[in-house]
Amino acid sequence: MEELFAKPEIRKPENIVYKKTDLMVDRPLSYCPGCGHGTVHRMLMEVLEEMDIQGNTIGVSPVGCSVLAYDFLNIDMLGAAHGRAPALATAIKRLWPYRFVFTYQGDGDLAAIGTAETIHACNRGENITIIFINNGIYGMTGGQMAPTTLPGMRTSTSPYGRDVQTMGHPLKITELIAHLPGVEYVTRQSVHTPVNARRTKKAIRKAFEIQKEKKGVGFIEVVSNCNSGWKMTPVQANKWMEENMFPFYPLGDIKVDGKLVEKKETVS
Amino acid sequence: MAKIIGDILINTERCKGCEVCVAACPFTVIAMSKEVNSKGYHFAMKVNAECTGCTNCAIVCPDGVITVYRAKVTTE
Amino acid sequence: MGELRLMKGNEAVAEAAIRAGCDGYFGYPITPQSEVMEYLMAEKPFERTGMVVLQAESEVASINMLYGAAGTGKKVMTSSSSPGISLMQEGISYMAGSELPAVIVNVVRGGPGLGTIQPSQADYFQAVKGGGHGDYKLIVLAPASVQEMCDHVKLGFDLAFKYRNPVMILSDGAVGQMMEKVELFDQIARRTDAEVISQCPWAATGKPKDREHIIITSLDLDPAGQERVNLKLQAKYKKIQENEILFEEIQCEDAEYLYVAFGLSARICQKATDLARAKGIRVGLFRPITLFPFPAPQIASVGNRVKGILVVEMNAGQMIEDVKLSVGCNVKIEHYGRFGGIIPSPEEVVRALEQKIIGG
Repeated sequence: MEELFAKPEIRKPENIVYKKTDLMVDRPLSYCPGCGHGTVHRMLMEVLEEMDIQGNTIGVSPVGCSVLAYDFLNIDMLGAAHGRAPALATAIKRLWPYRFVFTYQGDGDLAAIGTAETIHACNRGENITIIFINNGIYGMTGGQMAPTTLPGMRTSTSPYGRDVQTMGHPLKITELIAHLPGVEYVTRQSVHTPVNARRTKKAIRKAFEIQKEKKGVGFIEVVSNCNSGWKMTPVQANKWMEENMFPFYPLGDIKVDGKLVEKKETVS
Repeated sequence: MAKIIGDILINTERCKGCEVCVAACPFTVIAMSKEVNSKGYHFAMKVNAECTGCTNCAIVCPDGVITVYRAKVTTE
Repeated sequence: MGELRLMKGNEAVAEAAIRAGCDGYFGYPITPQSEVMEYLMAEKPFERTGMVVLQAESEVASINMLYGAAGTGKKVMTSSSSPGISLMQEGISYMAGSELPAVIVNVVRGGPGLGTIQPSQADYFQAVKGGGHGDYKLIVLAPASVQEMCDHVKLGFDLAFKYRNPVMILSDGAVGQMMEKVELFDQIARRTDAEVISQCPWAATGKPKDREHIIITSLDLDPAGQERVNLKLQAKYKKIQENEILFEEIQCEDAEYLYVAFGLSARICQKATDLARAKGIRVGLFRPITLFPFPAPQIASVGNRVKGILVVEMNAGQMIEDVKLSVGCNVKIEHYGRFGGIIPSPEEVVRALEQKIIGG
């Protein structure tokens, strides 16, 4: 099909201001349309490219939707057992202290089955970066309730909504982790708009810089969508996320330079 | 007089039709095609020449299918 | 002659790990093997050789630390005892599936459940038949002395790296706790990172520009691909079976009867063999040292010459299944076992031979 409104006169390599980084493997992502994983993957790889550390980085992928992250990120990687990525990363970093080591984990992986590994790796102050994608649901297995599922939120295992009396409360693990002494930097971001995606990239960069300075854990939560699990279009899901996820999981820095960020009183 | 113009190149075969780029464009340059690609997705396409090369669409595209060009051109 | 020391089995494991050039130990305390990490922490191998020692938050974390480190080509070890090894099974399965080398020491205690802290051999099936999910094998070594606790660590690392496969040292609470004279082997230098990178081209060590990125995983969503993985593993296990069998025959040349026993039970049977011979019973002892690969043809060649075989184990009858599969049906094979942390005496093992095989 013919391309309309093309401006061939400026389509020259020297005029490229944005293209997918070569650190992403050139293959279609396995994620659903509009899923935030792809954007976070790309922000992460852009950081590695800018820091020129592709060859000096070892990544650990989780079990969940991003189990195949290693197929898309063009770096050496290990696929962890469900929830255990921080244990793998701990040992890798201890034995390769000058390598950059990160885990990439979803909310089921990090905040349910892997809670112990997450908390203890953070509490030991391992010099690793943890990237935590929170979409409030188990995406890969078909939309079951996650530790982060909002009160009242419908999932396939909470079909009438999450009843906190019987199903427990959503776990704000990021706030919990921020209180641990081994943790240097904690932030919560999103990638659903250009400005948010740019902030996420900046946060990832900061976490990798912290690793270089051996200051402890850099922890980045990215509140993301799950169009399939939430049963919405991608654009609807992003709107629902702003209206429902962000009030419960507010964006912004939680801990910077090893100090908790003072919460500004918000008027609702 | 010099003017900044931009252009985007969309890898329509890799586009999954999520429409996140449509919402991100400040100049309503992008809309979804009526046709579908080989995977059956309505793909993103340009509907006017207003692109300034701001890169917003490319940054939020989860599948990284958009390449952005920007250049300063001199006009009479 | 190497340095001689009087040591506990668990301490010998720890010292052997340092001397074998181990890069990292990750563990969690559990009786009766806690001396392994205690020895390491006191010995400070991080100062001696640069070896990392880390007390993890659980056995689940330990084995996954091992998985991560082994995936980068490092020489790593963990140790635990039965309930802890059960917790590790998922990680061990992942390591077998990803073909990663490591040494896992199980100082077995009585079970099931929390069981007891006394010695047992009830984890034979778990060690030899897989333990976790999926079709996989560990190379399983069964030390019967403190000397072998030491030597099997070095042998274990050699086999683990030769075949890219986890190795389990299946010991027990008695061999772990008892003190004996050990001749220690000389220090083997830890490999430099450059050596790890060049010797382990399969490992995820950081991707240079001129090679494809390396992925350590046991996942293949394509069933045909996963079948290929399994076929490759099975071919490897066959090669191990053909090449790595270790065993010991004691007084088997003229034997009319045979004890088959591994680890601590073999030590007891060795004494029982002497006692029985003093009574005029010509009995020999066959001791498998590798439990996988199991010395099936070697047991068959001795076993088919004798009138009867008594398999002595500190369990309800596990290795006896492999002995029966090895030896023809015309030879009488019985089991004698004590469980739950009870160690049989040589005298009762002689009596069992008399009652179950000779008189039976």
